[in-house]
Amino acid sequence: MEIVKSIFNYLVFPGLIFSVFAGLMACWIDRKVSARLQWRVGPPWHQSITDIIKLLGKETIFPQGGKFTFLLAPFLGFLSASLVAAILGWSILNPDKSFSSDLIVVLYLLLVPAVAVILGASASRNPLASVGASREMKMVLAYELPFILAVIAMIIKSSGAIQLGKIINHQLFFGSNILSFSGLLAFLSIIFCIQAKLGLVPFDASEAEQEIMGGALIEYSGLGLALFKLTKAVMLYTMPLFVIILFMGRDLSPLFMILKFVGILVIFILIKNTNPRLRIDQAMRFFWRVPTLLSAVAVVLNLKEK
Amino acid sequence: MNFKLKALTKSIWVFHVSAGSCNNCDIEILDCLTPRFDVERFGIQLVGSVRHADALLITGAMNKKSVPLMKKIYEQAPKPCVVVAVGQCALSQHMFKDSYNVEGPLDSILPVDVYIPGCPPRPEAIIDGIVKLVKKVRGEK
Ligand code: SF4
Repeated sequence: MEIVKSIFNYLVFPGLIFSVFAGLMACWIDRKVSARLQWRVGPPWHQSITDIIKLLGKETIFPQGGKFTFLLAPFLGFLSASLVAAILGWSILNPDKSFSSDLIVVLYLLLVPAVAVILGASASRNPLASVGASREMKMVLAYELPFILAVIAMIIKSSGAIQLGKIINHQLFFGSNILSFSGLLAFLSIIFCIQAKLGLVPFDASEAEQEIMGGALIEYSGLGLALFKLTKAVMLYTMPLFVIILFMGRDLSPLFMILKFVGILVIFILIKNTNPRLRIDQAMRFFWRVPTLLSAVAVVLNLKEK
Repeated sequence: MNFKLKALTKSIWVFHVSAGSCNNCDIEILDCLTPRFDVERFGIQLVGSVRHADALLITGAMNKKSVPLMKKIYEQAPKPCVVVAVGQCALSQHMFKDSYNVEGPLDSILPVDVYIPGCPPRPEAIIDGIVKLVKKVRGEK
């Protein structure tokens, strides 16, 4: 019975199917809000779903090169992103039942979509895709340090619990992490990191449509492209959820959950629509200075409190 | 099949090929994406890579250098993919008709699904052409 339940949890709710749907809705919110900011009307609510159905119905072209890796990469990214969604959703539903050190698993799995992009781009043997892959690699190096430092700051704050459920429970008793000064600093830095993790505009050099024509995804069509778009959608749902667990875990009733989720999403969209793209070296310099410093200060402040 | 076609007509991603145009048609195509006309309402998006495209918008007078490349681009696009000829140049060569370096109108080179005349066509005309395209694709089902 337990096994059936875990499979249900992974495949339907709160895992794969639910996260795909929520992610596509998040994509639509992104497109709609962007359109409204530019005084346009924007697409209807089912647009992202239609895009995916259309892509699934199209021909998949394999370039010369590693065919197996080429198609493996999008599956890898998509499955690990939805697994993260399942773990996060599970620990929100049952904070007492999360397994120990699941935070570390989540941190590793969150890295896999970026690795999948690098893998797929390299397998496609396209020169522009390899430029995209190298930029993605540099971007990972840039944002991963402040991201993990910010998470460590929150772990120290919840008296060293490397467990999502315990972090939520700690906030239940002592108030949301974001309300303290160190929590605010870590929150600011993690917002920038997630902007880069999601590949949104100031840090989207690896997918720059205008200069390297879709970059890493340039050779993907049909199924592969659909899976990469789905991975993006699921990440767009998971990352705000992750922020909510780490920083705003106090009131997790459905209404507040949705409000917080949309609020965080709108922050990302506003940053995306008001900033021009950074060159990769500028992005790296930025990440290793501002967010790293913010996260480091947050860690030190928390260590002092303890 | 029906379902797939319906999804296709609701989310057309266009790739823009300039086969030797004077750049005016291309500006009018971009006009369709501005707040005034906003074709994203209908799910139409401009994409950077031909592998993502559902429709090729081809402009210009088909000069000898660009025709082989254009054929290659058409072969690289995942099918089903439609071809839209935009502007008088692509339709009938326009003022370059007797020029030494052009190869002939677009429909003598690739199968064209929709013709959008004008020099350059107004954004309204382009949107009208897209509506006709959608009707055509759905009528064939
Ligand atoms: S049709 Fe007119 S505007 Fe368009 S490319 Fe030809 S000359 Fe230029």
